[in-house]
Amino acid sequence: MVLRKEAVKIIKDICARYKDEPSPLMLILSDTQKEYGYIPLEVQEIISAETGIPVAEIYGVVTFYSFFSLTPKGKYVIGVCVGTACYVKGGQNVLDKFGELLKIKPGQTSEDGLFTLDALRCIGACGIAPAISINGKVYPKVALSAIPGIIAEYRKKALEE
Amino acid sequence: MAKVTVYFENIPYSVDDNLTILEAARACGYNIPSLCTFKNGECSVASCRVCLVKVEGERRLVASCAYPVRDGLKVFINDPQAVIDRRTSVELILSNHHQDCQTCRKNGQCELLEVARRVGAQPDKYKGEKTPVTIDTLAPSIIRDTSKCILCGRCIERCKNIQGIGILGFENRGFKTIVSPVANRSFNNVPCIQCGQCTLVCPTGALMEHSEIAKLDAAFKEGKYVIVQTAPAVRAALGEEFGDAIGTDSTGKMVAALHRLGFYRVFDTNFAADLTITEEASEFVHRVVSRTPGPMLTSCSPGWINYIEYYYPELLPHLSSCKSPHEMMGAIIKSYYAEKHGIDKTKICVVSIMPCVAKKYEKDRPANSVDGIQDVDVVLTTRELAQLIKRSGMMWKKLPEERFDDDLIGATTGAAVIFGVTGGVMEAAVRTAYHILTNKELEPIEFAPVRGFKGIKEASVVIDGSEYRLAVCSGMKNAKVILDSMKAGTCKYDFVEVMGCPGGCVNGGGQPYVNNLFKPNEDDDIMETYIQKRASVLYKADQNKVIRRSHLNPDIIQLYNDYLEAYGSHKAHKLLHTTYNQNREKYPDEK
Repeated sequence: MVLRKEAVKIIKDICARYKDEPSPLMLILSDTQKEYGYIPLEVQEIISAETGIPVAEIYGVVTFYSFFSLTPKGKYVIGVCVGTACYVKGGQNVLDKFGELLKIKPGQTSEDGLFTLDALRCIGACGIAPAISINGKVYPKVALSAIPGIIAEYRKKALEE
Repeated sequence: MAKVTVYFENIPYSVDDNLTILEAARACGYNIPSLCTFKNGECSVASCRVCLVKVEGERRLVASCAYPVRDGLKVFINDPQAVIDRRTSVELILSNHHQDCQTCRKNGQCELLEVARRVGAQPDKYKGEKTPVTIDTLAPSIIRDTSKCILCGRCIERCKNIQGIGILGFENRGFKTIVSPVANRSFNNVPCIQCGQCTLVCPTGALMEHSEIAKLDAAFKEGKYVIVQTAPAVRAALGEEFGDAIGTDSTGKMVAALHRLGFYRVFDTNFAADLTITEEASEFVHRVVSRTPGPMLTSCSPGWINYIEYYYPELLPHLSSCKSPHEMMGAIIKSYYAEKHGIDKTKICVVSIMPCVAKKYEKDRPANSVDGIQDVDVVLTTRELAQLIKRSGMMWKKLPEERFDDDLIGATTGAAVIFGVTGGVMEAAVRTAYHILTNKELEPIEFAPVRGFKGIKEASVVIDGSEYRLAVCSGMKNAKVILDSMKAGTCKYDFVEVMGCPGGCVNGGGQPYVNNLFKPNEDDDIMETYIQKRASVLYKADQNKVIRRSHLNPDIIQLYNDYLEAYGSHKAHKLLHTTYNQNREKYPDEK
């Protein structure tokens, strides 16, 4: 894959932002994930050339943190918390139900590109477990029966936009 | 350096204050087992947890490789809990290890197996899932087997810090963690130069050379004329595999062993090193006369060729077009030698015994063949030759000393034998370039400024009133400095020698492993001095030679008179020179 010129510029600009940082990699990757959406090998090569950090090391960081993604994420990113409290309250079942209805596994994106399913480790909402977060919006005490409705709501939203 | 008093088992010792407990212990005569630290200062991620000791005042056991000494420190290596916990650490490492030790090629030199034996670990103490398996056999030089990897990180440090490349890294998280080139690719599908330095530090069989012993066996079975050649650095280290002290010259026994292994002829690659010098020195003179912008870069090291192709392709015009010596040897065996003896060249199998794993890759380069016939068919490392000798039942100490075969291409000079050490190619080239330019001989013959083991060495030589500025470097981290200066237009050298491995071929990726765990009778500082000791074998060999200038090698003179006509002739170019790839893809799609 050859990146578009604009894409290369975005990545280079991000690297330039942190050129004086003693350890800039996490900051660069974090901004790249936000602004570019994902961090494929080609993007990592540019970051490596700009910073002098070997590609293997960058790849190691990208695959270590679940926040970073090697493939494009869907329009709506569904994060299901399976931290201790949510897990005890059935978070795993919530995750499985989303996976079953969207026909994807955690980390994958649905074929229509609308949904990405992520398993999260504690989002700090233990009081309202089991919790999920969709593009930053948190849903409390998610019942299995509510899940089809939540998915439908976002399908409708996507059509309207 | 300031000294502090440290107590091991309540006995006071005076040690340097900048050491870790592990280093201080070694200096005082205690070898604490460790699987992740390697040499002082190289690899210190404290990942294996095998070097645990008790320190008075600490609540828990500490990893001695990461704990600095201080005055009055009391260390107990033999503390009962430390003994148990070191054993447990090893048992946990073993729990997800492949453990096919009986058939593993690393057996006998495996640090994990040795440490497990020393701490008394039970292999099946903890049963569970095994490490995810990737076996990469695609790369011609190095094989990788993640099922044997203990995630110590030594290879990562060696590749990144010593070679300045960083092909390997930790990948994924938790139980799925592996050490791998990016995205678990093969070494063949990333810009790895295949120098094999990683294989020298791997404590297990996770990273090893790609063995070609089966190919050799097949060639013998087919009844081919199997002709072997050995590189200079091999004789400086082979004996180590049989218990000889580091720095023992193994030439005579090595040749005797090769004769007994059934090779049709046993030749010295040094003949072709002399040929490389006549070609390379005349190429240099030609560049000087034609005022081609410098510097000229040497081309003997295939790891280095990979490096410049991948990372600085725009500088390829500076690279000498000479093939490396063993390739030249193969080309001459399959042309001049075959024709003189009336042997069908397709029935010849040329085997190179090399200190190098990148040569395995190099022999398959399409440009290293003549009329569609590959110059070299099989490349074995020094370690593989030792394996062959052991397999044959020969007893090393009972082998006699024999000489290389003297048959058309048998004569060699002192200039050639120093090819195996950083600075050697430059020294040999200067001896001959001086002659080509002045028709006189350079005196004194030893060219001291290019000797020694500094990363980058500078020298200058005045020939016929003109000054030539020379540089010698080894290890890609040092080559990068020179290449960057060339790119920036600030490079002031005329001729630069580059070798891929730090210290040159004597420290090549195919050389015997050096590890003080297995070398109890070597000097304490052997990890720091082994390269020098091996190099001294070659410098001594040069000194003992009657002819020490490549252009005076009688068989070389005969070869040019009878066959090649002149230095750099059309025929010489066809046989002895190669081409490079300007468009090497760094991350080709995986096959």
